[in-house]
Amino acid sequence: MAHAYTPGLKVSNREVVRKTRRLPIKGEVTVEVGDMVQPHDVVAKTEIPGDPVSVNISQLLTVEPYELPDVVTVKEGETVEKGQVIARKISFFGLFKSEQMSPVDGTVEMISDVSGQMVLREPPTPLDVEAYVEGIVRRVLPEEGVVVETAGAFIQGIFGIGGERRGAIKVVASSPDERIEPSALDASCEGKIVVVGSVATAGILRRAEEVGVVGLVSGGIVDADLIDYLGYDIGVAITGHEDIPLTLIITEGFGPMRIADKTFELLQELEGQEASLNGATQIRAGVMRPEIISPDASMLEQLRDAPEDVDTEDEDESGGLGVGTPIRIIRDPYFGALAEVTGLPPELQVVESETRVRVLNARLADGTEVMVPRANVEIIEG
Amino acid sequence: MSTEGVTKIPKDQIQTIVATDCGSTTTKAILIEKRDGEYRLIVRGEAPTTVEAPFEDVTMGVRNAVTEVEELSGKTLLAPEGVIRPRASDEKGADVYLSTSSAGGGLQMMVAGVVKTMTAESAERAALGAGAIVMDAISVDDGRLPHQKISRIRQLRPDMILLSGGVDGGTIAHVSQIAELIAAADPRPRLGIGFQLPVIFAGNKDARGHVRDTLGESLDLRLVDNIRPVLEEEVLEPAREEIHNLFMEHVMAQAPGYNKLMGWTDAPIMPTPGAVGLGIQNVAKQYKMEVLGVDIGGATTDVFSVFAGTFNRTVSANLGMSYSICNVLLETGLDSISRWLPMSVSEEALRSRIRNKMIRPTTIPHSLEELVVEQALAREALRLAFEHHKTLATGLKGIRQARDMGDTFDQKVSGATLVNMMTLGMILGSGGVLSHAPRRVQSALMMLDAFQPEGVTRLAVDSIFMMPQLGVLATVHPEASAQVFDRDCLVCLGSSIAPVPQEGIRMENLRDSTPVKVTLTMPDGTERVETLGFGEIRLIPLEEGSVAQAHVEPGRRWDVGEGTGRAMDVEVEGGIVGLIIDARGRPVFLEKEEADRRKQIRNWIEALDIYPMDALMKYIEEGRAV
Repeated sequence: MAHAYTPGLKVSNREVVRKTRRLPIKGEVTVEVGDMVQPHDVVAKTEIPGDPVSVNISQLLTVEPYELPDVVTVKEGETVEKGQVIARKISFFGLFKSEQMSPVDGTVEMISDVSGQMVLREPPTPLDVEAYVEGIVRRVLPEEGVVVETAGAFIQGIFGIGGERRGAIKVVASSPDERIEPSALDASCEGKIVVVGSVATAGILRRAEEVGVVGLVSGGIVDADLIDYLGYDIGVAITGHEDIPLTLIITEGFGPMRIADKTFELLQELEGQEASLNGATQIRAGVMRPEIISPDASMLEQLRDAPEDVDTEDEDESGGLGVGTPIRIIRDPYFGALAEVTGLPPELQVVESETRVRVLNARLADGTEVMVPRANVEIIEG
Repeated sequence: MSTEGVTKIPKDQIQTIVATDCGSTTTKAILIEKRDGEYRLIVRGEAPTTVEAPFEDVTMGVRNAVTEVEELSGKTLLAPEGVIRPRASDEKGADVYLSTSSAGGGLQMMVAGVVKTMTAESAERAALGAGAIVMDAISVDDGRLPHQKISRIRQLRPDMILLSGGVDGGTIAHVSQIAELIAAADPRPRLGIGFQLPVIFAGNKDARGHVRDTLGESLDLRLVDNIRPVLEEEVLEPAREEIHNLFMEHVMAQAPGYNKLMGWTDAPIMPTPGAVGLGIQNVAKQYKMEVLGVDIGGATTDVFSVFAGTFNRTVSANLGMSYSICNVLLETGLDSISRWLPMSVSEEALRSRIRNKMIRPTTIPHSLEELVVEQALAREALRLAFEHHKTLATGLKGIRQARDMGDTFDQKVSGATLVNMMTLGMILGSGGVLSHAPRRVQSALMMLDAFQPEGVTRLAVDSIFMMPQLGVLATVHPEASAQVFDRDCLVCLGSSIAPVPQEGIRMENLRDSTPVKVTLTMPDGTERVETLGFGEIRLIPLEEGSVAQAHVEPGRRWDVGEGTGRAMDVEVEGGIVGLIIDARGRPVFLEKEEADRRKQIRNWIEALDIYPMDALMKYIEEGRAV
């Protein structure tokens, strides 16, 4: 039923996670239910039809569209090579000749004597979908893909950029609120997922790129640094397809932000462990948050023996708010503060903005008692 | 829209109506009943929408929302097979059940035509009016190369395509070219891997054969009447009706649980914005005035208008108050937002604040400072969405207009916007930031700043966003829809009187002018004279349901609708807020110097009692960075 609060981000060292790996168009699934897969194993493949290229013969050879059959030198379905003559116009009893060559390798898909254009199609390109995480194939979606189940540490961030990557975790920051210098990243960070502390600056991002870091994890990022690094501004929160050589995950929000202790401690525990990460974020219906998944060998063993129908979706409903629930406040004036719920008054209350809302009472880490709208907190998930 | 399948109960026997709107995040249910001969809203309920995983069945959310209605009304409305019909008794079942939907991303379309400003634009208007988000409009002359168009079509994955082009009897070459590009791109539908994408052809009739040969095999092709049978005429209804049919057959049928929901309803499920559009058109008819409606959501802002009898809708898909809030910042710039703030702003902190709202969209303003910033952003989102609307709500472009001698000095270009702020009768706002502002006067000022109405205009908000349900209800029972709209949906804020300076005059030169003098005969017969200097705004209490007679005398170089310097007599409607006389100029004159402007904004806030001044002054005096 209705939650009056934001479901928290998962940060857990023992979590079963299912990932659906789907082709964009129909194809072939190359694994079976029960198969153990590695992140780079291909689980489904297909061929994306080549790009169509339209050539306006009528315009190029100055003929009427209905004259096309007289000038084209190829047939529909025929294979052509780049530079091959595909249409020829001869005028003045053979004195003048103009030709049109194929701009690409491909096949002739259509010759239209109505519009005067010819459509050539380039050869198809193969597309493979990889498992992304180490795990077991739980379900096959015929001709479409699979559901891979894995188990281990699972950390959700609040926002990210960059797509799926993999590497070992390396914590460079000595504390969750440290602001490191770009020079702290050296050759030892190559191929790693590096935890940099409270803020990832444009300088850190560039340095990370130089030394070959695959993933960066920080508490926050300053908006201007994000724009500086990407070279453009992100208007709508749908990310994951940026053309950048690394993936960035921020765990708390925009601005310099201390990484939540629990997240930082878990990352420290995972030092040296292999993990998959994905910065893709989508904040609309069907929320998608960036994630770090580091499978655990013994949990994977258990998964292999687990019955198939155990429902272990990662979108489990959370337990809800109660007195004693640990929360994080996610809007000013207490933005970023950790607290514990001390009361849940049922009546609507008026807050400073004069908005009448459902609120909760909470004790901040320094002992102060505050009242905040329930919509402005998230549960710290276990 | 077709009303086939609608309940056979005679209209006058309809007592109980249940209607739901399945939004992208929330499903809202309302119960309407006829009591003492009048249809009234009885209760409403809401629950999270359940289209997405892990539920993947829209009817669960509908059940939850209707269950809340049951609990609040004490009635039994649900059975395992849906909303109970026919009504068994006053306490059990309903006579009619209807629904609208925008869940799962709503209806997303691509449109195509031959000429960008003609058939492609008509296709865009047809799609928008039917309630779609137009992902792209492709045309022969849109400046893109054929391969760019093809790759764009491949990339889009719309729910359906509307293809137009050519007048009946004209050349078929160009529209055929576009059809061939679509065929080459082999576009895929957004939902349902392996399903054929629906394409509606509404172009030159003579091209049907070729279009059928080109697209008929690989796509689900539908043929309807040309939307531009001749250049001078636009016929959008057949295309819109087919869009609604396909929305039911394809889009809804692919979305989780909708097959079940379609079996429950007495009329086809409508796309939410399509239903709101119908609602707005009914308002224009009911009140006999030009109407501007706006719905500002988290992701998108829809603008609807009826000017000179023509209905238009636009959707700004990336202007909203949460998911798309950073796009508002991107499009308008930080300065445009901070110009509405009474306090100074630190750019970095403000940027972070806006981004944090984007990534945590469900949070609400706790501090006053947060509310002030959010309402400044809303002004800009509304303004941008309205600018977009003006460019599409136009007369037909590229046509010759018959002129006589009288038109010689009135050289209107074809395709001029239909939007006329002086003749506009009512602005109706909805969406959280307008409907739920802590003080109603805040909504009024946000709308005045964003739309800048001229002359005399009524201001209203939709109390709980019932327009979708009332829109679809209007297709079945227009009287019930109109009665509920008037009594329970519309919250009258009041009216505004805004004089406009004579064209071509620099506003700096008007500083010492008196834009307007208003002599009001109040409902109790007392007289009240209000004279405003340039830059002033004033609130006159005038209760909801009451009317004052106003004699409005504009200053020498000002106009209130009768021409420069000409007085007029008009009735002004009251409301929860009252009558606002706005002499700030059009466009609203803002001081150039930052300190002066902040003081100016503070004066307006104080004059209208927009925010609690003591709390606001705390932020201003502390000089806190926002």
